[in-house]
Amino acid sequence: MSHNNMNLKLKVWRQKNANTTGAFVKYDVNDISDEMSFLEMLDVLNEKLIVTGEEPIAFDHDCREGICGMCSLYIDGKPHGPWQANTTCQLHMRAFKDGDTITIEPWRSNAFPIVKDLTVDRGAFDRIIQAGGYVSVNTGNAVDGNSLPINKDDADASFAAAMCIGCGACVAACKNSSAMLFLSAKVSHLALLPQGEPERKSRVLNMVAQMDKEGFGSCTNTGACEAACPKEISIANIARLNKEYLRAGLTAE
Amino acid sequence: MSSKNMFTSSVGKKLVMAFTGIFLILFLIVHAGLNACIWANDEGLMFNKAAHFMGSFVVPRVLEIGLFVGIILHIVQGYMLTLENRSKRSVGYAVNYAKGSKWYSRSMALLGTLLLMFLVMHIYHFWTPSRLGGMAGIKSLTVFDKNGVEYHNLYAEMKLVFENVFVVILYVLACGSLAYHLAHGFQSAFKTIGIHNKRYHALISTIGYGFAILIPLAFAMMPLSFYFNLVK
Repeated sequence: MSHNNMNLKLKVWRQKNANTTGAFVKYDVNDISDEMSFLEMLDVLNEKLIVTGEEPIAFDHDCREGICGMCSLYIDGKPHGPWQANTTCQLHMRAFKDGDTITIEPWRSNAFPIVKDLTVDRGAFDRIIQAGGYVSVNTGNAVDGNSLPINKDDADASFAAAMCIGCGACVAACKNSSAMLFLSAKVSHLALLPQGEPERKSRVLNMVAQMDKEGFGSCTNTGACEAACPKEISIANIARLNKEYLRAGLTAE
Repeated sequence: MSSKNMFTSSVGKKLVMAFTGIFLILFLIVHAGLNACIWANDEGLMFNKAAHFMGSFVVPRVLEIGLFVGIILHIVQGYMLTLENRSKRSVGYAVNYAKGSKWYSRSMALLGTLLLMFLVMHIYHFWTPSRLGGMAGIKSLTVFDKNGVEYHNLYAEMKLVFENVFVVILYVLACGSLAYHLAHGFQSAFKTIGIHNKRYHALISTIGYGFAILIPLAFAMMPLSFYFNLVK
């Protein structure tokens, strides 16, 4: 594969903390290899900023292999950048051309307050999970994994929903800042399995209540979340969540 | 959370939008079906009879109350949801994410507002003169059938209203808004009430797009038929 270096202009959102207003700052980054990841490109810029005595750009990252859900960044008008089914850490600089100007913004939602620069607080997702995204298991002997027969299609659909890494790209992509794709993935992967059955009704009602408390918007089925999702979570999960909600709401005591 | 606030949560409010939306979709079928009687080419005889039936029989009159309740709920809830959803992102993006969704799915409030403006005009043109009277010329619009039963000659009213080219243009534009509103709304409503089965969802999407084309097309043909003297 040919190896090219490129020079880029960046427009990066800088914001000191949640209480101050931020603004875009322009940076030039030169000699960027097209084999670098997007975050490595930002590392190069940060090294340069540190040398010149400037405050480096804060951004979230952890595994850098596309599975942890820590990286975010709204790049040129799309969460996780221009590629499909991809996280920012797995976005490579070959997605861009020499001379490009790249606009980098944080996830925008009041439910995800900005901590600093491009870092947002996604604690709201943790609190939604705490509200019901679990199964309660009594202690005792470990049960054989195959003792419960599960339909293969349901198992596959459950696994597909469980692919959600909770990065928040769905919220960032949605015009309503709705967390419904995230919530529906979490509700679906348990609702499809027998292990999720005992808490099926309270789970969906409590998780929806927590989602509303956190200040996310409601779903209007535009499909932007599905298009931006790095794990290709299907919007059909949202319809399943709606069914779970209707069923639980109508039959709850 | 208890079932008490079932219809006031974010999902519950969408359920209200979906159920009222589906009810309004059903109304459109009835409305388009009855209005299609103008094409019987019998100088509006069949159409006036149908309109008289809807205005005098108790069942459609009761359903009419439900229709007004449904429309008002759909409008009020729609605006409240739009304002609420907009308030969830105080600082917007410099570059908007437009590729992930269709423009009309993001513009339901705008399309709905155009439809509301049309609705006010439409009710003024036909519903108020027929139900409440009081519009000039209403007496001359009254016809009698062979048995001496009095009908409102809504056919003549249509003819009168659709003589004005601007009214015809506004009606056709409103049908365009309706088409896009339905193109998203039809399938979205069924997703909201929980149809997630892939096979049924594909079927509903197809029917939805067909409905969004055919029904507004039929409605748009009505003012055009009168304006171009295609009905007799």
